[in-house]
Amino acid sequence: MTLDARVEASVGALRLDVSLDASSGETLVVLGPNGAGKTTLLRVLAGLQPLDAGRVAVDSAVLDDPVTGTWVPAEQRPMGFVFQDHALFPHLSALDNVAFGLRARGVRRPDARRRARTWLERVGVAGHAGARPRSLSGGEAQRVALARALVVEPRVLLLDEPLAALDATARIDTRRQLRRHLEAHDGARVVVTHDPVDAMTLGDRVVVLEHGRVVQSGTLADLRERPRSRYVADLVGVNLYQGMADGGRIRLRGGGELLVTGTLHGEVFAVVHPRAVALHRREPEGTPRNVWTGTIDHLDVEGDRVRVIVAGAVPVTAEITPAAVSELGLTIGTAVWASVKATEVSVYPV
Amino acid sequence: MVGLLQRAPWSELADDLTDPVVRDALRLSLVCSAGATALAFVLGLPLAWVLARTELPGRRAVRALVLLPMVLPPVVGGVALLLAFGRRGLVGQYLDDWFGVRLPFTTWGAILAEAFVAMPFFVIVVEAGLRSLDRRYEEAAATLGARGFTTFRRVVLPLIAPSLVAGAALTWARALGEFGATILFAGNLQGETQTMPLAIFVELQTNLGGAIALSLVLLAVSIVVLVSLRERWFPA
Repeated sequence: MTLDARVEASVGALRLDVSLDASSGETLVVLGPNGAGKTTLLRVLAGLQPLDAGRVAVDSAVLDDPVTGTWVPAEQRPMGFVFQDHALFPHLSALDNVAFGLRARGVRRPDARRRARTWLERVGVAGHAGARPRSLSGGEAQRVALARALVVEPRVLLLDEPLAALDATARIDTRRQLRRHLEAHDGARVVVTHDPVDAMTLGDRVVVLEHGRVVQSGTLADLRERPRSRYVADLVGVNLYQGMADGGRIRLRGGGELLVTGTLHGEVFAVVHPRAVALHRREPEGTPRNVWTGTIDHLDVEGDRVRVIVAGAVPVTAEITPAAVSELGLTIGTAVWASVKATEVSVYPV
Repeated sequence: MVGLLQRAPWSELADDLTDPVVRDALRLSLVCSAGATALAFVLGLPLAWVLARTELPGRRAVRALVLLPMVLPPVVGGVALLLAFGRRGLVGQYLDDWFGVRLPFTTWGAILAEAFVAMPFFVIVVEAGLRSLDRRYEEAAATLGARGFTTFRRVVLPLIAPSLVAGAALTWARALGEFGATILFAGNLQGETQTMPLAIFVELQTNLGGAIALSLVLLAVSIVVLVSLRERWFPA
């Protein structure tokens, strides 16, 4: 394992307690809402902040371990850090920014500049070698920052919200390129982001961080099929319920019941895809199905679908066509019945 | 100002400025104020760093002490310097006994007196510059493998350069006008410790023209400092 870490640290009121690992050639995405402790986690890994308990190791060399009193300062760690708003040195040209790490390691100026130029070419900003950071666009600055971190060939590359500082157009372009550059780096990569699209584009494996703890980890498919928290469910866009299962019946935590085809007993999660939810103006009849009443709280148009958020005893989001919305005459405040077939509910233990 | 300009003996200005007393005073003022600025730089930069960046227990007391000369009447500062660095002073006696160094009534003494009064300006401006410096630049340097001193030299110093310049300019201007502490600690010896303010004081009693000429030079210097730093304090 290239990076192996268990991090306990506190930031203000937040207690961070996270274990993670990443191997070479892999991009681990740490996904979480703002304030979940993502940046602190990266800072601890990079050695910009000590941990209270735990251990950080790269290639089985321990960098930080309070128990044995091991502490390798940031400047001696084999890690690169790309800061959220790049933190390029404003008094140095793009070229000298990239050459900085080599110069700090004792490489002579002409050699450092030559290697820095190669990297600027690789990330496609060689034309701005002489420019000061303030005259670079967000996307250009991001690439310079990436080149600056990669030129010293770190074993682990840490990226803090690499795309957050960019506007929408630059983002799409830069995201694609970033993925290419990350794949070319032969060490481990850890990307922190709050954006699920970034996570899906950049990452091989995702760790979801909430309130300083890992609530779920796995591939993106795992997350989509079996979300284990409201945050993850919202990210992947499904309805998530938690309750006590008793065969084909789940008593939901927030009140109400869910009929399912499963045979599980005990605490379970249940997921309903919004496309499996049907909306009616009159009470529906027929096959074993779940039927709830509610009023429409919200209508979100997303491409050729409309997400209808229904508030009620059992809150549910349905995804239907715009045609269906107008056919049913749905507006905010309309009273509706929502129905879901028992076969459409997937259930798994907590 | 108007009074000064109106009474200026413009026709004899050249003569007044080439008078040996005036020339000595001018030279000494430049030497002493430059020396004091250099001393403030060498002592003040580490001090500003300590005040801005460390959690030293006695930090507040140190800051109060550093800033004291700003509010202390310079004459009192001069007395204090004499008691400390005088030939029988707390430190002075050892300087004399061990190294044969005597500060009072020497050019070095004038430099020390000016630095004592003017250094707080440097410390206060540079400390503010260090505090407002975004720490992430230093962190970025660390993650790139730069050790403390390399980071200080290649990142911190260039980024606080405007503060260093402004602090040095203020310090220099204050040192140039220093009177009380200098005359008490260094005396008023022509060619040795008699800087321009001291010469003005003496000239005023015998040769008004000379005093005015010297005053004009100091006024011109003040204006130059003000104009060159206006961008910093009064940005358009």
